[in-house]
Amino acid sequence: MKVRALQRHAPSLLLFAALLAIWQLVPPLLNVREYLVPGPTAVVRAALSSSIPWHTHLWVTTIEILGGFALAGAAGVALGVAIAWSPTIARALVPFLVFVNTLPKVAVAPLFLLWLGYGIVPNVLIAALIGFFPVVINTAVGLTQVDDELLDLGRAFGAPAWKVFAKIRLPNALPYVLSALKITATAAVVGAIVGEFVASQAGLGTVIVNAQTNLNTPVAFAALLWISIIGLALYGAVGLAARWWAPWADTT
Amino acid sequence: MIVLDGVGMTYRADSGTVEALRDIAFTVDRGELVTLVGPSGCGKSTLLRIIAGLRPASAGRTVVDGRPVTRPIAAVGMVFQAPVLLKWRRIVDNVLLPAELAGLNPDDYRARAGELLRLVGLGDFGDKLPRELSGGMQQRAALCRALLLDPPLLLMDEPFGALDAMTRDELNLELLRVWGEGSQRRKTVLFVTHSIAEAVFLADRVVVMTPRPGRVASVVPVRLPRPRTTATRASADFGALTLQIHDVLSRPA
Repeated sequence: MKVRALQRHAPSLLLFAALLAIWQLVPPLLNVREYLVPGPTAVVRAALSSSIPWHTHLWVTTIEILGGFALAGAAGVALGVAIAWSPTIARALVPFLVFVNTLPKVAVAPLFLLWLGYGIVPNVLIAALIGFFPVVINTAVGLTQVDDELLDLGRAFGAPAWKVFAKIRLPNALPYVLSALKITATAAVVGAIVGEFVASQAGLGTVIVNAQTNLNTPVAFAALLWISIIGLALYGAVGLAARWWAPWADTT
Repeated sequence: MIVLDGVGMTYRADSGTVEALRDIAFTVDRGELVTLVGPSGCGKSTLLRIIAGLRPASAGRTVVDGRPVTRPIAAVGMVFQAPVLLKWRRIVDNVLLPAELAGLNPDDYRARAGELLRLVGLGDFGDKLPRELSGGMQQRAALCRALLLDPPLLLMDEPFGALDAMTRDELNLELLRVWGEGSQRRKTVLFVTHSIAEAVFLADRVVVMTPRPGRVASVVPVRLPRPRTTATRASADFGALTLQIHDVLSRPA
């Protein structure tokens, strides 16, 4: 079993190792300076260095990402339910949501900071704003893509609407919601970092901005490494949740 | 059990009004198995929905069990062309769905659900998810679901139409067994199909419909002996009835 898993992942692991080797060995040969392209060992050294309070930045960014993710998920599901529940609400809400979604969130970020001040809250909101739309759409679709015959069964047995909702529509929507949450997971990372780029006193995005002004490129790369670790962990967690809660659906 | 009198159905479409059913009149007696055969587009499925009270007719009278149908009737089991099982529920929990929808305690029906699954050869599959079963097995489970609350009336809308010929023949025999071919306590069954052979094999009477608008062309009594077996299909009477219905269907309107 373990051998087979190793065989399956061997191509990607080999490629990864090869890229790392090229990254480490080629720039010095071409006389590329470390402040332009630091090698992997320099990046890892920076990522573990105690000269940067990594755990504080990690903590801030993780909270922003998780907060944005949770807010996007909760608001997205609530709006999706409302849209699926009433055609009138759908007609009122959908054009507005489409409008909000087409706004470039990066351009809205400075306004959020203006209104809410520096700190975690505006960055959570930006992360949520970038990630909520797919959840709305997928929730609404999952709730309405139900076989008519099943709804007929509900009517034939005189089941009240809430019961059809709870027993048929909601479980039907679950795989849709979970696959939207995978998109939200990556979008929330982008949102949090964008917020930190615009203005922030802590967080991995702030580290990158400061490293850039000091030409401390290994630290910028190290921050990138930490961001990708958070992003991968969240994405992986949502994937596991999908497999656990919706094993009947083939989400990959 | 079922009385249809002058039932008509017209609906508005983009191209104007469409008449789907015209002046449908026939009856289904208690304990009788009537099949409804006709080409696709003759309104068979619509008629079934009208009888179930899921869709109002635009003309005529529909009476089930002595009561005019004005809203969905409860004492009915329905089987559709697709099994439409809930993908996330184990087979046994799918079979129990009607009890939950009807506001009954599903635990009271667990024993019956198991019994029904055994009856159709799914005794060992109650804990499986639908996707682990073949199409034929899923349709058997759907039949169990329809039978859970022991409804006196079964409405079946081309239930075996999507299955391969062998599975379909097998399920026909199984349906007759479940229906209670040998017993006195038979259910009333109205079975829609587009297969003439299936219609004849199952039925006490075959209602033959013609399309656009759907009308009853003929009601053919089937006096083949019961219980019916695979040998029934080979009999001369079976062939003659099949041919007779075929002629009715190919007659110019």
